Amino acid sequence: MHPILKLIAQRLALGLLLLFAASILIFVGTSILPGDVAQSILGQSATPEALANLRRELGLNDPAVTRYFMWLGGVLQGDLGTALTNGRDIAESLGGRLKNTLFLAFWAAAISVPLAIFLGLLAVRYKDRIPDKLISAITLTTISIPEFMIGYILIYWVAIKWRLFPSVAIINDSMSLGEKLNAIAIPVMVLTLVVLAHMMRMTRAAILNVMQSAYIETAELKGLGMLKIIRKHAFPNAVAPIVNVVMLNLAYLVVGVVVVEVVFAYPGMGQYLVDHVSKRDVPVVQACGLIFAAVYIGLNLVADIVSILANPRLRHPK
Amino acid sequence: MDDQLKHMTGQVAKGTMTRREFVGRAAALGVTAAVANSMLANNAHAAAHEAPVRGGSLKIGSSGGESTNTLDPALTASEVPLDNLRHLYETLVDTTPDGSIEPRMAESYEASADAKTWAFKIRKGIQFHNGKDMTPEDVLMTMQRHSDENSQSGALGIMRGISNMKVDGDNFIVELEVGNADLPYLMSDYHLMIQPGGGIDNPGAGIGTGPYTLEVDEPGVRHGFTRNENYWDADNRGFTDYNEVLVLNDATARTAALQSGQVNMINRVDPKVAALLDRAPNLSVKSVSGRGHYVFIAHIDTAPFDNNDLRLALKYAINREEMVDKILRGYGSIGNDMPINASYPLFDKTIPQREHSIEMAKEHYAKSGHDGSPIILRVADGAFPGAVDAASLFLETAKAAGIPLEVKREPNDGYWSEVWNKQPFCASYWGGRPVQDQMYSTAYLSTADWNDTRWKRPEFDAMLLEARSELDEAKRKEIYAKMGMMVRDEGGLILPMFNDFVDGVANNVGGWIEDPNAELMNNKAPIKCWVKDA
Repeated sequence: MHPILKLIAQRLALGLLLLFAASILIFVGTSILPGDVAQSILGQSATPEALANLRRELGLNDPAVTRYFMWLGGVLQGDLGTALTNGRDIAESLGGRLKNTLFLAFWAAAISVPLAIFLGLLAVRYKDRIPDKLISAITLTTISIPEFMIGYILIYWVAIKWRLFPSVAIINDSMSLGEKLNAIAIPVMVLTLVVLAHMMRMTRAAILNVMQSAYIETAELKGLGMLKIIRKHAFPNAVAPIVNVVMLNLAYLVVGVVVVEVVFAYPGMGQYLVDHVSKRDVPVVQACGLIFAAVYIGLNLVADIVSILANPRLRHPK
Repeated sequence: MDDQLKHMTGQVAKGTMTRREFVGRAAALGVTAAVANSMLANNAHAAAHEAPVRGGSLKIGSSGGESTNTLDPALTASEVPLDNLRHLYETLVDTTPDGSIEPRMAESYEASADAKTWAFKIRKGIQFHNGKDMTPEDVLMTMQRHSDENSQSGALGIMRGISNMKVDGDNFIVELEVGNADLPYLMSDYHLMIQPGGGIDNPGAGIGTGPYTLEVDEPGVRHGFTRNENYWDADNRGFTDYNEVLVLNDATARTAALQSGQVNMINRVDPKVAALLDRAPNLSVKSVSGRGHYVFIAHIDTAPFDNNDLRLALKYAINREEMVDKILRGYGSIGNDMPINASYPLFDKTIPQREHSIEMAKEHYAKSGHDGSPIILRVADGAFPGAVDAASLFLETAKAAGIPLEVKREPNDGYWSEVWNKQPFCASYWGGRPVQDQMYSTAYLSTADWNDTRWKRPEFDAMLLEARSELDEAKRKEIYAKMGMMVRDEGGLILPMFNDFVDGVANNVGGWIEDPNAELMNNKAPIKCWVKDA
């Protein structure tokens, strides 16, 4: 077998094992939280009878191990089960939320990744001069401010003062693409500002590192222009660390944006997960956890493979 | 002076003066707050008589919605599901803003002389959203579902005193074990929404008799409703064509949505920003004093709280004015260590107010002979908004009285299952109930499940039952006054403040009236208000 295919197969198998481990961790984690789903559904107004009835109905009286394996059996057959709290089919409600999360993440990435790499290249081109310092200063400022704060600041100016875009980013299937993009404009701006600095700085550092190599000097002596050197000679050699950091940020855009979702009331997976954790709705938490873990593992896998493909020494091992 | 007051009430109605300003200026003219409020209420009714505008749509930004919500009235406990219920379903009778009873699915009701047997005559010609006629059998089955011991209904507790229910012609008959003059108030409980076949087959279907039918149901995101063209009471409810409840749990997101005109009304304006928000030109902040209260509760059967002098020391040590001022920012009123205030019918206004007194606190603390070991008060942010800050204020004034209070902060998560009603001393809140009997039965009867102060006094229980079946209002009032004094002087309840309901409403919303029963006009603002420029 080709060594790269073998490596991918290995990584995939490892990923599945990790997913399995993650599902156990999530199950144990939600089990040791105080309170249970029956108590959370009925809240402060729960009477002991109502609690006992609900527990029996939801099957909470079975031992934890039994419940875990029943859930696992379902998942292996592609059945995520139904939510304990409102009896809805998890795959169906989760599907909609996942789609929204990916939609937001896609547009945030589509803007932030090219922008970050472009700014990184620009910073290298004007190293230690005003454009470089300005880019670094601005992006480092926005990454240092908590994201909800950036959200509030943008809401105040963009939504309330100028009335350009709405502050509530609730989208639904009956909206056209244009309406959806209008609705998510401010959250996309916030996410872009949050992830920009990390990727920009890594691009800048990785390329500067390469720029000190002898072959860059040769290219310079050949009389090539600065941007062309960066584009043709430095960037391909710096791509591995950049891809790594881009993938980490993409993963963040999918799994880590719950605060932004809350501020803009965006119907994504983060808020969905938090609601169900606070209700101890274990099947839903498990399903969300699996998806999040899969996204993380998948994107890291992509990052690894891209770095291998980008590096001839790894591509053709002896 | 009268002219000036009239002019001012007009300004409030127009929205150029807030209610609080009005009460303040009226006080300067020598009018008490209670009178000023009732003047406003009368004027509000006048405002409501403006001709309603039909059409358009209202958007409501509300906290208290989660992706785990259902449309099953039995399981409803938070604000967004409540807004949804009011759109879709109706109860037998309603509690009105002035605290009386308005027949809805029942067109009239009457009680036997001992208040033990009640007959509700069911209104005819009302159809459910699925086209079926609403019958007394539907009412009976609904009530049976909620009183079934196997049900998960939040109304199970209030259905317990019922010994028998039946249908008799057009009437729905309820027989009680002990007479209860307040039964209609119990029947107005929001869990007891009339559903076809009692909602037994599919309790969350959203099929009711309400002024709106379900259009969109995305729990935790939004709920959309279109007008029910077949609605029986279209003159009074259901003016807009379409309503949408948006789940905006973040307080800043809610205020921003209202300010930028994306929603017409929001609930739970943070008292910290209410005064600032009110300055915005396109909206006004509406506050109404209700029956909800923020409390510190001690189990009186657990040491050291089994000593009444220690309890009194704590009660004298708390500075109520400061709490209303700093925690509620003035959007509330001081409490008197009893769960009842002037918003309740049959409240005795002559009951003396307990004042903050370090001397009295010291005196009672010395008398209690407490050994000086720390008295632990458990709080969490989720106990009530500002609970941790309120506990810190309490800590300072207790320290001044030499009481070794210690504040232990607990996580929000699991607070209601692990701390409240379990730990001997903690912070909590109550939403209040429409009548005194219900409030006391819920939390002060010896056998009550939520007796969170462990208040178990046979003589108190006896008075409660006596008042319940007493149809003479003067006598009832007297008994309730005695019960209130008992809780105030001996109970484990430290009640520093009653909180107002504070909502934000855009200026293009018509028909807003004050309703002390719950926020957003008892969650009925979306079905009772209209859009002026529709």
